[in-house]
Amino acid sequence: MYTAADLRKGLKITIDNEPYIITHFDFAKPGKGQALYRTKMKNMMTGTTLERTYRSGETFEPAHLEDRKMQYLYKEDDHYCFMDNTTFEQVHVSEDAMGDAKNYLIDNLPVDVLLFREKAIGVEVPNFVNLRVTETLPWVKGDTSGSDSKPATVETGYVLRVPPFIEEGELIVIDTRTGEYSTRVKG
Amino acid sequence: MAGNWALSRRRSALERRGAIFDSIRAFFRGKGYLEVETPFRIPAPAPEANIDAIPASGWFLHTSPELCMKRLLAAGYQRIFQICRCWRDGERGVRHLSEFTMLEWYRAGTDYLGLMEETEELLRAAAGSDCILYRDCRIDLSLPAERLTVAEAFARWTATTPEAALAAGSFDDLMVEQIEPNLGIHRPSFLYDYPAPCGALARLKPENPAVAERFELYLGGLEIANAFSELSDPVEQRARFLQEAAERAQNGKLPYPTADKFLDALKDLPDSAGIALGLDRLVMVLLDAESIDEVVAFTTEEL
Repeated sequence: MYTAADLRKGLKITIDNEPYIITHFDFAKPGKGQALYRTKMKNMMTGTTLERTYRSGETFEPAHLEDRKMQYLYKEDDHYCFMDNTTFEQVHVSEDAMGDAKNYLIDNLPVDVLLFREKAIGVEVPNFVNLRVTETLPWVKGDTSGSDSKPATVETGYVLRVPPFIEEGELIVIDTRTGEYSTRVKG
Repeated sequence: MAGNWALSRRRSALERRGAIFDSIRAFFRGKGYLEVETPFRIPAPAPEANIDAIPASGWFLHTSPELCMKRLLAAGYQRIFQICRCWRDGERGVRHLSEFTMLEWYRAGTDYLGLMEETEELLRAAAGSDCILYRDCRIDLSLPAERLTVAEAFARWTATTPEAALAAGSFDDLMVEQIEPNLGIHRPSFLYDYPAPCGALARLKPENPAVAERFELYLGGLEIANAFSELSDPVEQRARFLQEAAERAQNGKLPYPTADKFLDALKDLPDSAGIALGLDRLVMVLLDAESIDEVVAFTTEEL
């Protein structure tokens, strides 16, 4: 059982027997007033969104999802194909259900495919993935503009901000929970 | 290259934060204020229905230095300020840290209206300019701040009154969703004259006891500071503490011992006003930061 204080982006809860994931979370507390936990959430089966505000003390059932170890094979039309590592069974996941995970998909990437009542409804990628930078502006030594980051595109097409010293062709580590640059892969 | 990029990239924010703190201290010194330090760990916090202190070895971490500072005020310190860490259990979000930095100042011989003027002066000193660019707002500090009563704000942006909203339990929701986003957009806003139940330590307006002499400062929709004319009636204050404590008990919250030394000192409290300003939030606004995380060296999660 979760309480309102556990609410955060990414948490999965059950409402009316359907799994929801919190997509936006905002903690608000007007001066001397009560804490308001403002959420937007997405139904993980239908994709419909819901806005709800909760208060301290409210409780929630976690959404229990089965996850199976699979690896990414390929994309076809508007769905992505994964294969179970032990049974070799293949499943398809719709683009809508992929969420941010599609930013990190490279061939054979190990993932957890989420199943709710036997239906694939989402994909969890590792917390950290290594992706190669395919496009970014070169680092001008002695740059005094004071800028502490610059945009870079990685091999999946995902664009993020990286430190100025990162060069094209380098392998970087991305924290998939935040979508942010973590460090570079040495050597 | 620095090892921890998340920390080292905050350098310019932390440098600017330090400079803002310097300006604030210079402002108060220039006006004859004494900087004080009061203990963080106290035996009896003010009971407030919606603010929770963190227990610490039988006592509590203060949620604000208010009670100790008012005891100083009652002992004859006429102008005092403090910049200190405060703790509020369970408060975390893009505008909240459970451990945060507060600026509080108290002045004898004035009321909340006097403090509004001083707050405007402080904003100009801290900003070092006449204009703040924050989010999509251009907040002009050279204009007099907007002053809006809570009743006027409800009339303008909601379909109800503050009293009706309080009775219906929707006061806080309306404040957050309908009112706050409109405040402090082109110039600072003071929202003032709160319904009496919303100011547990504030004096009631002599000509209208239905409202408390309390104001909040808003910049760019963000609540920055809370102030009031100080209640100096020990009997009335004790009754309000009991009421807040009863509400805490009803909601299953931790009881606190009664702040007797504070209540005893109130009889000597001069006519005065005090204000608590969230310094991390002020720095957020001045640096145009999206999250409070960007303007502190460490967040709780990074420890």
